[in-house]
Amino acid sequence: MEQVNQPVEKSENQTSSTPSPIAAALQHEHPEWVSRVVEALGETTIMVPREHLVSACAFLKSAPGLEFNFLSDVCGFDRGPEEEPRFEVNYHLFSTTKFHRVRLKVLLNEDDAHVASVTSVWRTANWHERETYDLFGVIFDDHPDLRRILLPDDWQGHALRKDFPLRGYEPYSLE
Amino acid sequence: MGLENVIAESLPEVLVAPLDSLINWARKSSLWPATFGLACCAIEMMNATSGRNDLARFGSEVFRASPRQADVMIVSGRVSRKMAPVLRRIYDQMPEPKWVISMGACATSGGVFDNYAIVQGVDKIVPVDVYIPGCPPRPEMLIHAVMMLQDKVMKESIRDRRDAPDEEAREAITPGTLPVTDGSTLREDNVAQPKPYTIASRHEKRRSF
Amino acid sequence: MSTSLDIPPQFEVVDQPLDTQMTISMGPQHPSTHGVLRLELVLDSELVVKATPDIGYLHTGMEKLFEYRKYQQGIVITDRMDYLNPLGNNLAYVMAVEKLLQLEIPERAQTIRVLTCELQRIASHLVWLGTHALDIGAMTVFFYAFREREKILNLIEAASGGRLTPSYFRIGGLMMDLPAGFDRRVKQFIDEFPKAVEEFHKLVTGNRIFQKRTQGIGYISAEDAIDWGLSGPCLRGSGVALDIRRANPYCTYEQYDFEIPTEADCDVWARYMVRMSEMTESHKIVTQALSRLKPGPVKADAPKIVLPDREAMKTHMDALIHHFLIVAEGFDVPAGEVYMPIEASKGELGVYIQSTGGPKPARVHFRGPSFVNLSALPHIAEGEMIADVVAIIGSLDIVLGEIDR
Repeated sequence: MEQVNQPVEKSENQTSSTPSPIAAALQHEHPEWVSRVVEALGETTIMVPREHLVSACAFLKSAPGLEFNFLSDVCGFDRGPEEEPRFEVNYHLFSTTKFHRVRLKVLLNEDDAHVASVTSVWRTANWHERETYDLFGVIFDDHPDLRRILLPDDWQGHALRKDFPLRGYEPYSLE
Repeated sequence: MGLENVIAESLPEVLVAPLDSLINWARKSSLWPATFGLACCAIEMMNATSGRNDLARFGSEVFRASPRQADVMIVSGRVSRKMAPVLRRIYDQMPEPKWVISMGACATSGGVFDNYAIVQGVDKIVPVDVYIPGCPPRPEMLIHAVMMLQDKVMKESIRDRRDAPDEEAREAITPGTLPVTDGSTLREDNVAQPKPYTIASRHEKRRSF
Repeated sequence: MSTSLDIPPQFEVVDQPLDTQMTISMGPQHPSTHGVLRLELVLDSELVVKATPDIGYLHTGMEKLFEYRKYQQGIVITDRMDYLNPLGNNLAYVMAVEKLLQLEIPERAQTIRVLTCELQRIASHLVWLGTHALDIGAMTVFFYAFREREKILNLIEAASGGRLTPSYFRIGGLMMDLPAGFDRRVKQFIDEFPKAVEEFHKLVTGNRIFQKRTQGIGYISAEDAIDWGLSGPCLRGSGVALDIRRANPYCTYEQYDFEIPTEADCDVWARYMVRMSEMTESHKIVTQALSRLKPGPVKADAPKIVLPDREAMKTHMDALIHHFLIVAEGFDVPAGEVYMPIEASKGELGVYIQSTGGPKPARVHFRGPSFVNLSALPHIAEGEMIADVVAIIGSLDIVLGEIDR
């Protein structure tokens, strides 16, 4: 099983010439945490290699000037069964003091869909990560209680993957 | 005053009515629903009970939280696969006579949601008496459905034995036709075989899974 | 005290007959859980030792359904999510797609969006008030609140055709303009509403039983609230003055003058007072929006995205072709991703859309505020009495459609 090792690149700015201050601060402090920066539609997306995710989140939460103390959302995305890496996990961060937002993105291979849980940084990640596990099958290491949340406990498969059929596998019957 | 005099003068002292009419009239006038609001249709059901469209005028005075005290189950909202066994269990807990109104498109047939998570119609789980289309149906439609159910209740007969188990209902024996042994004056060919009821039991009619 | 027993992981607590500890399952069919929520409560006599919500009984697979529908067909699905605030869901989704498309929305459409969304916020808070008070035991408020709500539903139905599932907004503007006489009816509602709010205050706020049942219950501090991701009135009831309409303004909200009601008590009573004040603030915004209404177009000028007028479609060939293509094939949305947060009546409603080009989205995710608010319930409810759990659930104002999606 090979690790997802993102090549460490300089930050590439897609649409604007001045990098966002958040990405610049993160880049300046720990350049190995940032593998790519995308700025589009007024939003900043930072691709973080998965081994540095928790440290990047802890830094973003506590650094003065950044202060991302609010985790809005953890959202998974399945690129399709033929894509490598297959899964993305997006973390949407918000600061209640500075009112700025940023998105962190972690890319995961299909056969090694593990990422560290950020419940130690923000407790609200608990249910969000359970939902991502339930619907995509991404496993969050060190999660306090990783089990299905929306689908029934004995459900087979992960519903939001692209190869899961829309109608499921069989109609409902009482037996 | 005046009405009582007119009634007292024109009607006899004892009124005779068919038993079915009386029982059905009592049943239809006090259909107490079980609270089974699931999703958006539940809000329209709450609207149907609030001041502007008042369902209590039609007999549904209170919504009983315990299914054991309820007559009708108004399934309002989409039934997911996780909820389906719960729905069946609540239905089983209701005592006879009981009816089911399937409110809204999702309860009737799955509605907008033709996917892995929603049961395509609640009649795959419980027998339904009245279906209401709409997404969500207006409260007036729910009232109309309750009135339709009341008409349906009036047409029932207590000879449809709901409380008897199926075998008993099917093999009832007409009096005087018990099979007898030798030495009886009863003629052999007069011995009747156990006959099924000509009216199928209500659960049999409904079994359209 | 039997709370010193170490409790095994969830759902494996066994009842010990000589103990005062008991595990009960509250729901999913329960009159006070505001939908199909199941709570596993481990109780020590009446004290809640552990509360674990079990959700998923209304899971509808909406997020998967979005991927199989064109963008404009998805608007209909969003109504059914938070079914007490459907216009808010519509707004979030439509604005997210418009951000992807980088569309300019005309001013009249923005004003009408603000007007109807604030009316919807009042309607949502009225349902909250009615059901919360009903759970606590005050039945009368339910009927009064729903009486006011009927007026708002009439207005929304006049504008869009649907009481509870309006789907009024479209990508690029509105479905159609407001009907004639709408502003007169809104004015009538605006004039009558403050008296109704006064009535609610007279019925509920001064009631000592209500106060005793809500003050000091369900405490969550401001730091914990932010850590657990609470938003909306739950966060503002803990003293944090955060409102997305001010923090990340959208849809011309920066031009309106309204306060952000905040209470410092952090309990059920504080959240109640915040929502009551929010109804008054929304009323102010509706008044301002009504006075700002100016004639103009309600759809953006983007013929490949926005449906043309019926008259134009019937007389002009290019309008007909555009109409056909938009309806039959949809419009192409450039690749990209967007997260659009709005201040819904329950908190921060965020829509994340990722598009890989084409007429159908690749991923649509709704960050439902009730989902996150409910995740804080174990933290809030542990240590309370079981009768207070009902009050706490009511104060969190959860809607299972949004939680389970």
